[in-house]
Amino acid sequence: MSEPLRDLLIVGAGPAGMAAAIDASRAGLSVAVVDEGGGPGGQIYRGILDGPASVRGSLGADYAAGRPLAEAFMAAPVERLFRSSAVMIEQRQDGFAVALSGGGKARLVRVRMVLIAAGALERPFPIPGWTLPGVMTAGAAQTMLKASALVPEGPVVLAGTAPLLLLLAAQFARLGVKVEALLDTTPAGSWSGALRHLPDFLRGPYLAKGLSLLREARRSTRIIRGVTGIAAEGDGRLDAVRFTAARLERRIAARTLLLHQGVAPQLNLAMATGVAYRWSDERLAFEPRLETTGESSIPGLFLAGDCAGIAGAEAARLSGILAARAIAARLGRTAAPDATASLHAQALRGRRFIDAFYRPASNFRRPPDAVIVCRCEEVTAGEIRALARAGAPGPNQAKAMSRSGMGPCQGRLCGLTVAEIMAAELGASPDAVGHYRLRPPVKPMTLGEVAMLAEPEG
Amino acid sequence: MFRRLHDPSAPVRITIDGRSVAAAASDSVAAALLAAGVTTLRRTPVSGAPRGLYCGMGVCFECLVTIDGAPNQQACLTTVREGMAVETGGARPALSLP
Repeated sequence: MSEPLRDLLIVGAGPAGMAAAIDASRAGLSVAVVDEGGGPGGQIYRGILDGPASVRGSLGADYAAGRPLAEAFMAAPVERLFRSSAVMIEQRQDGFAVALSGGGKARLVRVRMVLIAAGALERPFPIPGWTLPGVMTAGAAQTMLKASALVPEGPVVLAGTAPLLLLLAAQFARLGVKVEALLDTTPAGSWSGALRHLPDFLRGPYLAKGLSLLREARRSTRIIRGVTGIAAEGDGRLDAVRFTAARLERRIAARTLLLHQGVAPQLNLAMATGVAYRWSDERLAFEPRLETTGESSIPGLFLAGDCAGIAGAEAARLSGILAARAIAARLGRTAAPDATASLHAQALRGRRFIDAFYRPASNFRRPPDAVIVCRCEEVTAGEIRALARAGAPGPNQAKAMSRSGMGPCQGRLCGLTVAEIMAAELGASPDAVGHYRLRPPVKPMTLGEVAMLAEPEG
Repeated sequence: MFRRLHDPSAPVRITIDGRSVAAAASDSVAAALLAAGVTTLRRTPVSGAPRGLYCGMGVCFECLVTIDGAPNQQACLTTVREGMAVETGGARPALSLP
């Protein structure tokens, strides 16, 4: 029994996906939106509609700003498929067939156009002991707060760089959660690298936000600057954090260590479908090659939001609208031009400063030999370096020899690290070395689900 | 490890390794586990090393637990249900052959 051909499938109900869905449905397109979560919001607005009211006041104005968008999305005439993952996109004559997997079931959806708005994930933060229970991302702790009003119990240590860490410190402070220390790994030389982007930053929307966050975080949290080394210690679970700052080594007892050093685009679905991509040295991540409309190298397959390049929620929302307009125009429904494109440019202003200032230090991206870089298969940085020295030209060969990238996360947590380590070892750029070659399905499926996808013959 | 800021308003009862705990109806299984003080969720197939929640958003696959007999479910992407049975430690399902 084949399904009707819809105009557009949007993968992801974060700010870009929601805004695109609303705009596309207004243009008269038949739209379906798929998201792994139980409701709208993606990661940044997680729990925006059904999260506990008790914490809402502490999460800040930026979070609250997502509510009207989520409400408009839930009211829009689009098909919402929650708790479902898009695991495979196949090109067909009239568009695409997308396999959706969820709740032990799978189905094939046929659409003319696809917009991937899969968002971002936190950069890997490979330090000794990062695989110990008790060590997690700052985003994971923030999700527990937003969606379940859960806060970590002491001692709690935050570590890394980038605005999300300061935001979390401020949110914890507002809720009376004691944080032993925030270990700031922002490299000492950041100012010189970021300075040329300062004028734009001063004119853009991030300055006021950043300064007030910083003030709030500083008031209530002990911030230790210039941290150049961190290790999580414990036997079977986290007990302490050892760190180096100003060439002095110190150790604090800790039960929870929250790591964060920025975010990177979630590209697995796009890469597995075959979109062209490249390495961005400015943002230290792989990014899809896109037209200004968001269209990828595969005609009819668009990307918008942070998965197209990290730029934050407001830029994501606007890029979702721009992509929806381009898609609608492709299907014969042109909208009158408005200020969206220039608002998008404005939302981007100041990003380059943030990217440069909070650029994660190389020793936290290319860790010492003993550190595990592929968590799933427990492959160390040293093993990857040895393979490069032995002649492996890139991550795919390293994968074949060591199994790195072959675990269930399919390289989501190790792809960047392995590419950077091998590039450095080979004296090449990560662009030349590339990312693991990915294949669908991009999330594990059971054989039963695969069987459900079989289409009738003829 | 993690504590609730307030008691769940509409509690749901689930079992974690046979132990009955209260969870909030909107909790992910991961949240319920953290609130119940369970930090080791599985042991790795490679070395048997203990692992717990890491990314909280479904990309790292560390939070794999057995839910109502189904192995390798991502706890952070699954919402609790009344009577749900969660087992940690990792399970290898028995293959029943004819």
